[in-house]
Amino acid sequence: MSLQTVKFYQTGTFTVGNRLLAEDERTIQATAARSNSLNCGHRACQGCGEALGARYAIDAAMAAANGQLIAANATGCLEVFSTPYPETSWQIPWIHSLFGNAPAVASGIAAAMRIKGRSDVRVVAQGGDGSTTDIGFGCLSGMFERNDDVLYICYDNEAYMNTGVQRSSATPPAVRTATTMPVGPEPGNVFGQGKYLPAIAMAHGIPYVATATVADLRDIEYKVRKAINIRGAKYLHIFVPCPLGWGSAAHDTINLAYLAKECGLFPVFEAEQGEVTGVSKIRRLIPVEEYMKPQRRYAHLFGKKPALETIAKIQARADHNIKKYGLLEQGAQR
Amino acid sequence: MTLKQIEGSHGVAEAIALCRPEVICAYPISPQTHIVEGLGEMVKAGELRAEFLNVESEFAAMSVAIGSSAAGARTYTATASQGLLFMVEAVYNASGLGLPIVMTVANRAIGAPINIWNDHSDSMSQRDCGWIQLFAETNQEAMDLHIQAFKLAEELSLPVMVCMDGFILTHAYERLDVPTQEQVDRYLPPFEPRQVLDPAQPVSIGAMVGPEAFTEVRYLAHAKQLQALDRIPELSAEFNAIFGRDSGGLVRPYRTEGAETVVIALGSVLGTIKDVVDEMQDAGHKIGVLGITSFRPFPLEAINKALQGAKRVVVLEKCFAVGVGGIVATNVRMALDGTGQEVRTVVAGLGGRAITMSSLNQLFLDAMAGKLEALTFLDLHRGVVDRVLERERQIRRSGPIAESVLRDVGTVASNIA
Repeated sequence: MSLQTVKFYQTGTFTVGNRLLAEDERTIQATAARSNSLNCGHRACQGCGEALGARYAIDAAMAAANGQLIAANATGCLEVFSTPYPETSWQIPWIHSLFGNAPAVASGIAAAMRIKGRSDVRVVAQGGDGSTTDIGFGCLSGMFERNDDVLYICYDNEAYMNTGVQRSSATPPAVRTATTMPVGPEPGNVFGQGKYLPAIAMAHGIPYVATATVADLRDIEYKVRKAINIRGAKYLHIFVPCPLGWGSAAHDTINLAYLAKECGLFPVFEAEQGEVTGVSKIRRLIPVEEYMKPQRRYAHLFGKKPALETIAKIQARADHNIKKYGLLEQGAQR
Repeated sequence: MTLKQIEGSHGVAEAIALCRPEVICAYPISPQTHIVEGLGEMVKAGELRAEFLNVESEFAAMSVAIGSSAAGARTYTATASQGLLFMVEAVYNASGLGLPIVMTVANRAIGAPINIWNDHSDSMSQRDCGWIQLFAETNQEAMDLHIQAFKLAEELSLPVMVCMDGFILTHAYERLDVPTQEQVDRYLPPFEPRQVLDPAQPVSIGAMVGPEAFTEVRYLAHAKQLQALDRIPELSAEFNAIFGRDSGGLVRPYRTEGAETVVIALGSVLGTIKDVVDEMQDAGHKIGVLGITSFRPFPLEAINKALQGAKRVVVLEKCFAVGVGGIVATNVRMALDGTGQEVRTVVAGLGGRAITMSSLNQLFLDAMAGKLEALTFLDLHRGVVDRVLERERQIRRSGPIAESVLRDVGTVASNIA
């Protein structure tokens, strides 16, 4: 009997079916044994992609580490909404120190575990794109370079949301933020700036780098499990839409994360020792407008006179990704 | 105990190693580098079982220290000058979180203008950061204070900064008593953290605190420093009982009996001051010395008591608050609140300028004659300053400040009178 590839997608939704699967094939989120590391009661906004991403990732990390997990958290939404004194949503040992030092704090925890002979304890550091790509970048690069035994997870919502939606170096071109307003001859964030951290992480030659979106639970769980089981520095970059900052509907978070991948703007792949080893192919290629239109941060491009040139430049970025990472199935048509 | 002819930095490295640190993070900055180099070599050679991390900045060094200390490991790092400033955000964080990290500050000036030599501007800039600050007078005391620092830090769950004069102490070779491992083990128990990141008992460390409790959390930090005021003399006595040496404590009076003038200072300059005071006492002058070992917590009572009987106090400090004057002197005035004793501030030794016996001798004679102004800069070349000011009045584009001064001074002189 030949093997049949099972697709977990239910028609018309982006959720992943579990009920028809055997227990051991279900996602960690679908099991009763999930750790609920980031427990209910936190103060995240409705539809927060970061809260969902953190819950998926840390529950998966807890499962992979057999419950022996310590997390360091950068300042940001995730930290603020999860630990308003005297409450905490974290069911794991967790420390918040500063905005720019979560990778170094995690390095310190990993060093302490090493000297104490606790090789069973796994260490995670996490933060948003601001702390990861900007203020904490030095510490992150140092942690990578020393190949410290830490999994760093960046929840990327493409701006400083906690402080009121300011541009970060992960903010895409043309996007409206509080510091890249849609005014003047070139409204929104400028083209030709910013940095793509997964590639920079790969350039360090660390054992494992991966990207994922909050739309694909199974992919996140797979990558977290894989990363936790690798010794040395690991980097996971999860794309997490932010309804507040993006001006999108709370119910569209998963949808937008999915569309970002499907249009090619956010390539989903994994890399080992600096080489790409796996790519999540686009299922149904869409033009970037389909991803951009539901977001008010792009609204200035879609007025009475659409900014066709700007949209074309964004489409070119997506096309570049598609080519560079081979995001289309062989023989697939645009 | 073994007598060794070694560099001060090496002595400190040996003292730290005897304290069995588990995590050491290092970033190079003069003049502390020899300390962490020494420790790195011991770890590499397998003589010291510890994790030694070469980090990418002082900010990372303190951040790694925060992580490892919170994970229950005895943690040490060292820095100086710009390095201390670069890690400031994490320095405040370590004390705010109550993590018992021990750090050496090899005291050095702060730029601009860049200057690698000794003064106390670096640690004084952190006087309100919540760390305990102990100042060593000699290399022997620097070694001893580090051993006491771990005990104090871990008892109170507060970080401790041991300050020692850059180059003057760190790079001086002299004979040091190196304690035995048995002695240190008897004095310093294993680290039992008050809070620890432990998967068996998960806690959240570093939660956000709003107006409803922030004052109380901050007051606790103050209350702990007040506890340190009691513990520091006790730990010094316990140290003496095991090591047979008088080291540490809050303040150290020297020949203050019957002294009408008392000179207050911190660190290695106390040695020079004591030599001058010895000579002056032999000549019949009523002058004594009070060394401050614990600058934070500041021992208001101990200082008030030690100065009873003094008519005037001369505070000689290697730092100053630009726009006001003395830093140490301001604190000393608090200790003398209501006594009416006269306090004179002398700023000396900035950026490594030599503090000579002859300058001190004249300074103290002036002080006793009531000729000292409220704020004096020892051996300040007033002419140089005046000429720069005049140039600035006449030429709008007068150029970079330091270069203007150096042009006037000529060759860089060591300025030993």
